[in-house]
Order: sequence, then structure tokens, then C-alpha cells
Amino acid sequence: MAEKRLMYGNHAVVEGVIAAGCRFFAGYPITPQNEIPELMSIRMNAIGGVFIQTESEIAAINMLFGAAAAGKRAMTSSSSPGISLMQEGISYIAGADMPVLVVNVIRGGPGLGNIAPAQSDYYQATRGGGHGDYFTITLAPNSGQDLFEFPKLAFELAEKYRNPALILADGLLGQMMEPVEFSYEPIDPKSLPEKEWALSGCKNRERRVVRSYDLKPGKLEEWNWRRLKKYEAIKKNEQRFEAIDCDDADLVVVAYGTCSRVSGAAVRMARVKGLKVGLLRPITLWPFPTDVLRDMSQRVENFLVVEMSCGQMIDDVKLATECRSKIHFHGRPGGGVPTPPEVFTKIEQALGGGR
Amino acid sequence: MKKIFGRPDGLTDTLLRYCPGCGHGIVHRIIGDLLVTLNIRERAVGIAPVGCSVFADEYFNCDMIQPPHGRGPAVSTGIKRSRPDCIVFSYQGDGDLAAIGTAEIIHAGARNENITIIFINNAIFGMTGGQLAPTTLPGMKSTTSVQGRDIEKQGYPIKVCELLSGLDGPYYLERCAVDTPKNIIKTEKAIKTAFKNQIDNKGFSMVEILSMCPTGWGKTPIQAKKWITDVMAQYYPLGVFCDRSKEEK
Repeated sequence: MAEKRLMYGNHAVVEGVIAAGCRFFAGYPITPQNEIPELMSIRMNAIGGVFIQTESEIAAINMLFGAAAAGKRAMTSSSSPGISLMQEGISYIAGADMPVLVVNVIRGGPGLGNIAPAQSDYYQATRGGGHGDYFTITLAPNSGQDLFEFPKLAFELAEKYRNPALILADGLLGQMMEPVEFSYEPIDPKSLPEKEWALSGCKNRERRVVRSYDLKPGKLEEWNWRRLKKYEAIKKNEQRFEAIDCDDADLVVVAYGTCSRVSGAAVRMARVKGLKVGLLRPITLWPFPTDVLRDMSQRVENFLVVEMSCGQMIDDVKLATECRSKIHFHGRPGGGVPTPPEVFTKIEQALGGGR
Repeated sequence: MKKIFGRPDGLTDTLLRYCPGCGHGIVHRIIGDLLVTLNIRERAVGIAPVGCSVFADEYFNCDMIQPPHGRGPAVSTGIKRSRPDCIVFSYQGDGDLAAIGTAEIIHAGARNENITIIFINNAIFGMTGGQLAPTTLPGMKSTTSVQGRDIEKQGYPIKVCELLSGLDGPYYLERCAVDTPKNIIKTEKAIKTAFKNQIDNKGFSMVEILSMCPTGWGKTPIQAKKWITDVMAQYYPLGVFCDRSKEEK
């Protein structure tokens, strides 16, 4: 049996990143993700990887741009205000079709906000985030186990499609201790294939150029249309979700990350009371699991969207269900975390009962 | 007929888009030559800035990357740490390096990253049409200081070599100019040292080059090079500001 450890979510990310064969980290301290750079500095030092504490998140994301262009797996982690600073770099990286991994342990916002868990960076993560027409592959873990396993998946998707990938966690997932199984053999970075586009010096080959610009008339338009095809392939192939008790449900709760754990408890309370309630947990936020929601909306009358924000993912649920179902909402912005009884009450209200 | 002068293999066979009398072409040629004579072209990765020389990624005949404005030293760091065998050089203008990228250049210097920085100081934003640069001289006219740089309102220029020489990190800092044949030869020697330092794993080396922008300055090419000699080099003195190889002896 694989090794199992009780560990912080933030520490699980570090072990997951290293097991995924990544040997390059650059980042800047910010709460509630400081355990990531702290452990990373020790682990990278021990295994001969690169750890750089940067002067800013701007420098960090650009170091990733360089490392990725050099053909290496590279990651950074931060929390909301720091991720905002990285948006320029993420746009360039997306524009240059380079794979990197960015982990956002979301905190309350806007502005400096607070250091409590939140999901209010959903729009930023799923709509590109910076300037220009682009999207970032976005994974939403809801456990320590996911935080260990998603870095590998994120790198694989990022490299398959040559696109930046995000892991969208929150302060609660990062700070919570859970048992984590080291569920796969660590990848030796030397075993990863050389990228046919990497900058490494042009010995015995044509020189390579990594750029996000093209000033020739019409060329950038063509380039954007080509990239759209990539996005369409990602949307077609990579929608991931978890559906619990949805088959006979009169109401399906839609929630990701921490909210999916809370909502899972509320759904169990509802089932005990004999209410037919299920849970749909998006695992990929971009691409959003539109197809399953569209299908469900043919028969499910009510959806309850639960988010730690004023309501952002609810837009995607509405788009996917195409006005066929009633969409209810329960949100807690600014660092608030919903409780299972709170969500249960909303379920009862949505089904026309309750107090 | 015997060919006695030609394009070095370190430059691609592409027409340069620079204006007549611009200093970029001279510095490009020097780098193109050195990529060959130092035998580093096949392991070089160059960084093109944002500004007139954004097209450097088309001009240098080696692997190239074009990052966000000012972030060349950070991107260089990512490449060099990932592939220490590569020779990484970041080509930057004054807006790129001394305005938007001030933090990145200072911290790359403080870390003594083993990279080579070529810093073109022409005291103006050329690509965007001649606006005030962080290196625009007091009283100098630009499209955003039409009466001349007013130090009361627009502050003083930044002297980058002097600024960086206050740090313990950098290995080598020199300011040169391309206004005269003699100074061009000195510039070539300085850039060669900056590359050799990286080859020898010595660390952060930057060459600042006072360079003509006749278009941005509203001067003829001959007036522009004379202005460097008479005015600009007086404000930005030429010379070596830091050379740690002296301490090693």
C-alpha cells in the first residue's frame, strides 16, 4: 500500500508538485499559502531543484515563463492579490502557448481583503484573467488528496494543450489537515520527454522563438482563431466532475472545492429526511462541466448553487442549463464559509418546504 | 572579388527596421559577432524587450524569447536556472529596464544571477513616439515634456550603473557609448567581458550603452552622435562601475 500521511493541504501541494517531476518553483510569500514556499524551499534544496523567493509575484510568473520556455515543469503558488499581479505574465504565457502551473489558495477580497477562505476569484480564473482572448485550464480540488494528485494532472493537461493550468484552492483547503495517500510513483524529471519547442540553444537544429506577438496584418487574428480550436478541444475532452446521488434528484446542489464538502454534508442531511437531493461537483472549472448540467436540466427542476462569493459560478450553471430549471443560490463572500445546516435550510426552501 | 566585410552568422538575414542613425544596429552587430567569435550561438538564448528592439527576436540568429515589458531579467533567471549550460542575454531599453522593470533588474543584480544584460540607454521612449524616459536628461524635450524635462514635476533621471553599483551582488557593470569608432570598440570589449563572465560562471554582468535616437531626439544622425559626446556622456559618465574580477586577484 502507498504511503499515507496526515498533512496540511498546502504541504500536500508541495509533495504533489515534486512527485509530478517539477523541479522549479518561484514565488512570493502571502497568507494563507506560506506553507507552500516554506516546505518547497526545504524540499527543492534537498532534491537539487530550483527554489527562488522572488521580489514580487510579477517576477515569479515571469521566471516561470522562462523555465517553461526552457522546457521544464515550473510552478508558482500565491493567494488572490498575488494572482492579480501575475495576470500580465499569465496572458503572455497563454499567448506564447507555454505550459505552467499556478496554484491560487484563494482568500477574501477584493483588495487586501482578509486571509479567510473564499472562492471569489472564479471569474478571474475561468475568464482568462488578464488581457486578450484566452483561457486557463482550471482544476478545483476539495481535499488534501486532490491537492496531492492535481499537480500531476495539471502538468499533463498543460503540456498536452500547451496552455497555463491553474489549481484553485482556498484558505481552508490549504490549512486543513487530512490523510493523504501518496497514490502514485514519483516521476523522475529526466524521464519526461524533451519538448520539441523548448529553448535550449540551436545546436543541430533551426533556431526557435517564443513570443506572443505578431504585428503582420491578419496574422494575430489567424493565431487567435487557431488557439480557439485548442480551447474547443479542451472543452470537448476535459470536462471533469463528480456526481453524487443525482439520478433521482428533484434538486441538485452545484458546488466546488470547500463548498462541495459542506454541501455534501447538507445533501446527506436531506437524504436522511427523505428529500431527493444530489450533488454535482465541478472538478474542472474551465472547461466547465457544461454537458452534464445540460443533460441534467432536462429532468432536474431545481439547482442550488453554493459558493463562497456573491455568485460567480452561478453564471456558468445558468448558461449550461439554458433556462430550463430554477436556479437557487447560497453565497458567503468576504471570507465567510457556509455550514451544512445553512445549506440544508436553503435546500428545504428551494423545494418549497422548510421554515 | 574578396569579401572583406559581411553580416555575421550571429544575425539572421533580415532587414533591420531601425531608423537611420539609430544605435541599435551597431550593438546588434557587436552581439552578432560575439555570438560567433565566442562560439556561444548554439547555446545562446536571447531575450527581446518591449520597445523598438522587440524585433531583436527576429534579428539574432539564436533561440529567442519575447517576454512582458521590463521582465527580461526574471525570464532570464527562469531560463538560466533551468538550463545552466545556456548563455542567456537580456537586451533591454531604458523604459524596459529603468522604468517598468526596475525591480527585476535590481533583484537579478542582487542575486548575482549568472546572466548578461545589454542595456540601451537612449534617454527616450523610441517605439511609442518619443515620450519621456526614466533616463531623459533634465531640460531635455520629449513628447510628454515639450518644454523640456522639469525636475520639479518629473523628477530626476535614473543613473542605472551608479544605482546597481551600490549593491553587493553584481559582478560587472560598465557604461559605454556608440558615438565614435573608439567608443564602439570599447563597447565590443565590454560586451565580450559580460559574455565571458557568464561563460566562466562569474555572475551578473551588465553593459549600459549610450545610444543614438535621432528620430526621438529630432536630430540628424551626425548631430545625435555629437550630442552623446557633448551632453549625454557628461551626465552619464562612461567607465567601469564594478568589476569583481579585480577583487579576485
